[in-house]
Amino acid sequence: MDFSDSKLTRRSVLKGATALAGTAAAASPAFFIKNAWAAGQFRNDPGNAKSVTIGFNVPQTGAYADEGADELRAYKLAVQHINGEGDGGLLNTMKPLSLKGNGILGKKLEYVTGDTQTKSDAARASAKRMIEKDGVVMFSGGSSSGVAIAQQSLAQEMGVIFMCGLTHSNDTTGKDKRRYGFRHFFNAYMSGAALGPVLEKEMGKERRAYHLTADYTWGWTQEESIKNTTEKLGWQTVNAVKTPLGAGDFSQYITPVLNSGADVLILNHYGKDMINSLTQAVQFGLRDKQVNGKNFEIVVPLFSRLMAQGAGDNIKGILGSTNWNWSLQDEGSKAFVKSFGAAYGFPPSQAAHTCYVQTVLYANAVEMAGTFFPPEVIKSLEGFEFDGMGNGPTEYRAADHQCFKNVLVVRGKQNPSSQFDLLEVVQEVPRSQVEYDPKIFGGELGPYQA
Amino acid sequence: MAQLWHRNDLLLMGVFTLAVLAMPLWLAPFGAGYPDLLQKLAIYGIFAIGFNILFGLTGYLSFGHAAFLGVGSYAAVWSFKLFTMNVLPAVLFGTLLAGVFAALIGFISLRRSGIYFSILTLAFAQMSYNLAYSVLTPITNGETGLQLTQSDPRIIDRLYVEATSGLPSTELFGLKMSGYPGFYFCAAILIIAFFFSVRIFNSPFGVKLLAIKSNQTRMGYTGYNTRPYLLVAFVISGMYAGLAGSLLAVTDPLAGAERMQWTASGEVVLMTILGGAGTLIGPLLGAGLIKYFENVFSAYNEAVLHQIFAMLPDWLQSAMVFVVNPFVGEGWHLTLGALFVLIVIFLPGGIMEGIRRLSSLVRRIIARSRRDGLQAA
Repeated sequence: MDFSDSKLTRRSVLKGATALAGTAAAASPAFFIKNAWAAGQFRNDPGNAKSVTIGFNVPQTGAYADEGADELRAYKLAVQHINGEGDGGLLNTMKPLSLKGNGILGKKLEYVTGDTQTKSDAARASAKRMIEKDGVVMFSGGSSSGVAIAQQSLAQEMGVIFMCGLTHSNDTTGKDKRRYGFRHFFNAYMSGAALGPVLEKEMGKERRAYHLTADYTWGWTQEESIKNTTEKLGWQTVNAVKTPLGAGDFSQYITPVLNSGADVLILNHYGKDMINSLTQAVQFGLRDKQVNGKNFEIVVPLFSRLMAQGAGDNIKGILGSTNWNWSLQDEGSKAFVKSFGAAYGFPPSQAAHTCYVQTVLYANAVEMAGTFFPPEVIKSLEGFEFDGMGNGPTEYRAADHQCFKNVLVVRGKQNPSSQFDLLEVVQEVPRSQVEYDPKIFGGELGPYQA
Repeated sequence: MAQLWHRNDLLLMGVFTLAVLAMPLWLAPFGAGYPDLLQKLAIYGIFAIGFNILFGLTGYLSFGHAAFLGVGSYAAVWSFKLFTMNVLPAVLFGTLLAGVFAALIGFISLRRSGIYFSILTLAFAQMSYNLAYSVLTPITNGETGLQLTQSDPRIIDRLYVEATSGLPSTELFGLKMSGYPGFYFCAAILIIAFFFSVRIFNSPFGVKLLAIKSNQTRMGYTGYNTRPYLLVAFVISGMYAGLAGSLLAVTDPLAGAERMQWTASGEVVLMTILGGAGTLIGPLLGAGLIKYFENVFSAYNEAVLHQIFAMLPDWLQSAMVFVVNPFVGEGWHLTLGALFVLIVIFLPGGIMEGIRRLSSLVRRIIARSRRDGLQAA
């Protein structure tokens, strides 16, 4: 019995082998480059090259695709500004600034992109392609904490710095923190600390809360942080239900809320999930209900303008927290909104803002260190204090690579003046109120040398 | 023993071994010569070969093979966490556990055939996925995925070395399993897996499986109880998937529930059909093509396209970029879908049928020109 696919003769094999040898000879120079960095250097050392490449790994498909698209816009803008093209954006307002508007250390900045598909596996495959094939010195991106954590540990293994984009889980700079990972975005703990006093003022001390939580690292830590805050206020937690990421239909999770005796629904959802769950909660009439003699309220701890746009009228009057909003009136925010608006015709989201800032911060740190050698770059980022990037004075804490800055508590506007003017800032919570001891979450950064 | 080995099979094995080991060389011009993609090509090649043993030989279409891939991955990562960073126990553990799992699911699913069998396997896989995603979170770490941590026990390793400050990497007696060594490890296993698959195709057991595919009822009338053969094929195929899953963990010690999702099960079906079900090499080609699209094609953005069409005049360049752009980058699914439709309609036997048709065409042309040459003389 012979099931082989084609007749193999000695002649055809010889022919094939010759062809193979030919391609091999043509391709071999590229193949041996892989050892170039081994001589006491570091991975993807740009050496004397005229340009240097960084990678943007964002969700282009899946529940967080809207955020991903906006992040990519911001990254492109950041690359332009670092190369001295366009109006310079936040490079005009950042203090202290080492960048000169001629790329990084005189090398032109180039970029490659990839799709994380909001999946850890796909994100790591895409990041590995950037590192192994495109030779990036840094990669950045995010929109899901699970994916960000997966990429951060890859960064540590590979010895290439990862600048987290939008990731809000406490674990990213808590128990899963890494020496090669940095986060500018705020986290769930800060959301809880910022929201607490506002919730107390608006809703009182006697409330019964029901949580719907996205079932992964971000949802878990946010639920925990919000629970800690509200229970300290004296609220009771009736129930906390986990929902799968990207569920689409949340009606089966919302129906039980109606008869649970709860009078506050806390949605630990983000992106399209939040748009769907909030819309359905409103359609089920939750907000018109009276429970325990109080108006039923919905809280969305992590808010964004993109989600507000997706949820339409349902967002009106709902409280949440956010890292940044385009309506802020400081110099940095105005400069960023202006150059983003000029390039794309609409204001940036908070995801875009954090990604832009992260790219500039990395470039600036390299310029400060005077080298692309990761341990030196890491050292110049650790403990770095800066201002003029839209969040007021900010510090990259050395102990856990988390940025500390003011947090915004926002509410969906009742009478928006435009399709983008959807959130009003209720309070700019000062940094001192959201700060915490890095030890409470455990974890270890690991070594400088990968 | 010698006559069991066809000369063609020996040649096939030889060429296959050479081609696999030389992959970094001949794939480099296509932009695929980097370790991560090469590892993926080898690993998904194993997955597809294993799937083909079931689908190609018996015709039983399993829609739940990703479950075994996931089980293999989780088992391997747990072996790294609990025992040692050496990859051999992890691979062994992953393959065996997937085999046990396949025996359980196969025992139940194989009571039905055709579409009912497919649906049963799909249901089991989806069940496993949901279990891994939420119920079994302590074992699988849910959506975040199972990862190594500093505080893992690693009992066997601790007997010999102190824990270092960084996370350890997977190794084969000191050789780190990332980058090219990782690829050659996977390649060696792929060659062994392929060897076994050739032996199965050419064995009396393989013939019985083929007989089941052509007419299971008649097979029963001739006195064969077909179910044990099917179950063995199912378990072997599940073990191949577990092997592939554990190799995924070897090259990148992380296991996520999305590996078990039905889309992952669908992917291996696509790979096999795209390459040519029931052929030895076909599934490998299909796996390679899909992984190539997913990793390389999806990374093309407008800037890259402008570079590709740089030699054209400006207006034509912009026009070409405009036309091609929806099909690359995040649109790679679209291209793959179109390709799949074309192949299923025009080449039902997959890429292998295309190659066969092409080679017979070439042969006919050569024969004709020789005949013409003779007549002219």
